[in-house]
Parts: sequence; structure tokens; C-alpha cells
Amino acid sequence: MKKILALVLTVMMMTVAAGCGGGATKSSGSGSGSGGKQITMGFSQIGAESEWRTANTESIKKAAEAAGINLQFSDAQQKQENQIKAIRSFIAQGVDIIAFVPIVETGWDTVLKEAKDAKIPVIVVDRDVKLSDDSLYAAKLGTDSLSEGKKVFDWIDSYMTKENKKPRDGGSQFNIVILEGTVGSSVAIRRQEGFKTEMEASQNASKYNILASQTGEFTRQKGQEVMESFLKSNRDKIDILFAHNDDMALGAIQAIEAAGLRPGKDITIVSVDGVKGIFQAMIEGKANCTIECNPLQGDLLMETAKKVLAGEKVEKLVYVDEGIFPADVAEKTLPERKY
Amino acid sequence: MKSLKRFAGSSLFLPVVSLLVLLLFNACFVDGFLSLQVTEDGRLYGRLIDILTRSSSLIILALGMTFVIATSGIDISVGAVVAISAAVVCMLIGGRGDGVAETPMALAMLASVCVGILCGAWNGLLVAKFKIQAVVATLILMTAGRGVAQLLTEGQIITVYYKPFAYISGVLPGMPLPTNLFIALLMVLLVVFLMKRTSIGLFVQSVGINPTAARFAGINVTLVLFLVYAFSGFCAGVSGLIESSLIRAADANNAGLNMEMDAILAVALGGTLLSGGKFYVGGSVIGAVTIQTLTTTMYALGVSADQLPVVKAIAVVVICLIQSKKAQDMFDRFKARRAKKHAGGKAVDAL
Repeated sequence: MKKILALVLTVMMMTVAAGCGGGATKSSGSGSGSGGKQITMGFSQIGAESEWRTANTESIKKAAEAAGINLQFSDAQQKQENQIKAIRSFIAQGVDIIAFVPIVETGWDTVLKEAKDAKIPVIVVDRDVKLSDDSLYAAKLGTDSLSEGKKVFDWIDSYMTKENKKPRDGGSQFNIVILEGTVGSSVAIRRQEGFKTEMEASQNASKYNILASQTGEFTRQKGQEVMESFLKSNRDKIDILFAHNDDMALGAIQAIEAAGLRPGKDITIVSVDGVKGIFQAMIEGKANCTIECNPLQGDLLMETAKKVLAGEKVEKLVYVDEGIFPADVAEKTLPERKY
Repeated sequence: MKSLKRFAGSSLFLPVVSLLVLLLFNACFVDGFLSLQVTEDGRLYGRLIDILTRSSSLIILALGMTFVIATSGIDISVGAVVAISAAVVCMLIGGRGDGVAETPMALAMLASVCVGILCGAWNGLLVAKFKIQAVVATLILMTAGRGVAQLLTEGQIITVYYKPFAYISGVLPGMPLPTNLFIALLMVLLVVFLMKRTSIGLFVQSVGINPTAARFAGINVTLVLFLVYAFSGFCAGVSGLIESSLIRAADANNAGLNMEMDAILAVALGGTLLSGGKFYVGGSVIGAVTIQTLTTTMYALGVSADQLPVVKAIAVVVICLIQSKKAQDMFDRFKARRAKKHAGGKAVDAL
């Protein structure tokens, strides 16, 4: 009796663990072997880390539906091993094309080689990968993180000049603190690189000084905790905060308020992404500018996928359009925002 | 002097020493580490306060974990339960931009704590009644829990704009310290009360040492085990409230991420053996504060992001070694052998 009960429980456990462990929300349609001409795309998303990512996911799901593509969606919950597993299972299912948002840059060679051997084209979406062999993917599609970083510095430089701001510690340099994204992620590396190269190349380079730079792992919680620590060391020195994404900036805003400073006034805050939350904060005057990083990549992805499968030639690098949104246009823009 | 000696022999000695060493290190190398300021609205402000505030949810988790580990069990689902609890409270209050709560906050808080207890009870049922190994039983909720939290939040980060929600981990007007610190204190007092005024501590300990003997002694082992896991779930529920209030949002992916490991580490640092039996609540609390101090130290020193995990790991290894009996014995023996060699060498010289 006990053995049977144990068996039943084990089976139950396994179903629960397997079902929820992946956290996958499968789209409609059958699994393997797409019937007829319908294209099946295996898509591995890194997880729902922020509103931005959710918009990205939504856009891809909607676009797939509109394009008549059967989407096999898998949520990696922020883990590379889950993504590799998902891609392997896509290969096993024999999907027509694989698209994925790589959570980190490295470690993809083996699994992409497997896809290549199975003759399944791969599209890298949104983030970058480092590969020994560029033929492992058909196209890279997404946002230009390098130019985002550059735009951040350009905006800060022109804003500081325009507003005629003075360093708070009375010195000659503006002190900048940076909240970096997940260590090793292409976005974090490129945004940082873009920002730094633009700063070094600028004629006003001597006016700026990077005081501290630490990872906030793209989350609100860590952004808040790290900013808290920055403020403890240099409360009266920090002039500018550059957060690699809006969510960390939102966390940092709370830390700045707790330290008795005015976010957006005492400390100029610029971040990247353009989620609704930061627009809300800009309207309240607590943030200064966000550089859009357009997550609505679904249509472009489906279009590219169809081209690749039809054997047409596609550019190896495809970028979506991106804008700059300072605080004064926030109120007007917010209702139009889709994410 | 006598009391000092007694303290040196007590179980709290090594955890306290590790923490003090860490604090001393900070005081020497981090500018203004010990400084405390009072802000205009009467709040205390400083790194020490940060450490205590940030460690409050870990302290609470460690309390529950201490009991579980004392029964020679383990609960690796607490991190996921934190995420569920955070999701429940934020979902009920709702992410309305105009700052109106959809459910009264007290009710939402109660619900999320109850969900925590429910999760704990599920673990308790599996472990106590069905005798499934604790790691396996709680592994279910560890993996499934985040999925549940994601389902509740529909994969979104729900941001709560309802102002009073921030008070759980923020400062109530007129109070010098954040509320979550008081919550943690209250939980510690509750546990201390249970230990001092009831025989629950003894029951837990005897179940951990020898469940069969405990049963023959008339202890309801199944009930004790069940309650211990339910209490751990309750602690995780409260932690979830604090964690979500800190960022005023429910983040199903990151809330309480890896906190189960930190909680286990806190208990281990506190001197409780993972094999169960004797346990030290005070030690666990200090262990939790030590872990947070370590994190804060890393930020304060400006350890670069990519080196952070390695440096932290080395520090943890050193702390564990300081507290390890075996390592101490080895060190003592090494010293004794060297002394002997030395003496032997001298003897040869004399010849």
C-alpha cells in the first residue's frame, strides 16, 4: 500500500516539477513536425526579468500569430542551461527555425553546432553572442547597445551644458556612478563600452569622472541595494547616475530618496530601455531621460525568419529603430507606450 | 573575566567572533562605516542600518530554517515561497497607477502570509506524513514555486503604487528605524519565547537526534515535523512581504532568488549542525547578519562585478574554517607537532 502511494506521489511530483520547472507557456498548435507549409519556430526567451522583456515576448508572440507561424515558446528563467536544454529540445522536435535571446555571450558553440548539423537555421535575437564560427547563425537581430551607450553620454553632456549644472562637491568634474547589467551579458558590455568610448572621445571628457561602477544585475532589488552602497560612500559627490536599464534606475530612485536627496535634481538619472515605469518617474520629475531600446522586434523577426527559410539573402546584422525620450516629453509619450 | 571565559566556551562565541572580525575589517578599510547620522525627518542613516535592514528577511528565513535543520531536515523551497508570497501580496493590492489598493493592505498581507504557511504545510505533509526525504520533498516547491509565482503575476513585474505598502520595509513617519527591522525583532522574540516558555525546542531537538527514541518518549514526531516545516513556510511568507515592499514590486524571477542557500549558510555559520540535534537560534541570526555584512563589504570596497562571487566565496570559506572544529584540531595538532619537532631538534643539538 505504502509503495503504491509512494509511486503515485513520485509520479505526481515529477509532473508538477516538470510542468512548472520550465515555466513554459506553450502557444497553440501541435509540437513536432509542423503539418503542411506552416512554419514552426522554436523560441527561447530568457525569462520575465522586466516589463521590457515582457513587451518583447508579447511582440514576438503576436507577430508569430499574425504571420501564421507556429511558435514554440520556452522561458529559460534566467538560466543558460535552461536555454541550451530548450534549444536541444527544439532540435529534437525538428522545428523549422530556432530563434533565441542569449542570456550571456559565450558558451553557445556546441549547441548551435548541433542545430547546424540538423540543418535548422538560427536567428539570434536582441542580445549578442560570441562564436568561433559566424556561420552558426543566419542573422542577428536586435538593438544596437553600443549606440545606446553613446546616446546616453551625448544626452548627459548636452543636458549638463544646457542646464548649466555644477558639480555638487564644488570640484571641476561631474561624478558619475554606473549600475551595470548582468555580468557577461552583451547588453551590459556594449552599453558600458559605448558610454566609455563616447566619453573618452568627447571634447568635454575632462569634465566627467566615473566614480564607481558595479553590477545591479538588471533587477530593481540589486539596483537599489548597490545604489544604497554608492550613496553611503559618496552621498555628496554623485552628480549623475547611468543605469544600464530602467528597472535598476527605478530601484536606485528609491535608494536616493531614502538618502534624503532628490532624484532627477540632485542626481541626474539616465537609463536605457524606455519602460512605462520610468516614464511615470520622469513625469514625477524623478528621472531625466531614457534611451529607448525597442523591444517590439516580433515583426522584424518573423519577416527575417521567412526570408531565411525562403533562402533569400539577409543582412547578418539587423537593427530596429530607437529613440531618445527626455523627461519633458514623458507626459505626452506615456499613453502611446506599448510597454 | 569569568563571564568572558564562559562566553568563549559558549556556542555563540565563534559566530560572534567571525562577525566582529568582519566588522573590524570594515571599520578599518571602509570610510565612514560605523558612522550614523540622523536625517531631517528623524531617521537613522548609515551602513550599519543598511546591513540590518537588508538582513532582516534573511534573519527571518534563518529562524525557520534553524528548526527545520534541527530536525535533521532541510527546506530548499523558501526562496520560491518568498516569490509566491511577494506575488500574492502585490497581486492583491494591485499595480494601479493611481495608488489605490484593490484589496485592503492588511488583508493582502494576511493572505500572503497564509499562502506561505500553506506552502510550508505542503512540505510538512510530504516530509512528516509521507516520509519523503526533505531535500526531495522541498525540491518540488523550489522548482514549481517560481512557476506558480509567475502564473500569479502573469510573468509581469507588478509595481505597487499604493503608498502605505512601502512602510513594511520602509520607515513609518516618526520612527527612527525601518519597520522590517522591528518585524525581524518580533519574530526573533517570538521564537525565543517559544524556546524559553514551552518545551517545543526540546521536542525539536530530540526529534533531530533520534526520532525513534523521541517517539517512544511520547513525542508526536509527525506533528513536530509538520509544524516545523509549516513554521518555515510562515517565515518565508513574512520574508516575501519584506522583499516585495523593499522594491514595491513583485518580481517572480528574482524575489528571494538563492535565498534558501543563504538561509542554510546562515544556520551553518551559526553553529547548528546540518545533521540535526542541538541548534542555536542566536547563532543563526548572527550568521544571517554576517552574510549581509559580507555583501555590503564587497559593494563598499568596490570589488568589481565579475570578481564578486569569487571574493565572496573565499570569505565564506575562511569564515567556515574559523568555525570548524576539525580545522581547529588540525591547527592545534600542527602546532603541537612543530613544538615537538622543535624540542626534538634541541635535544639533538644537546647531544
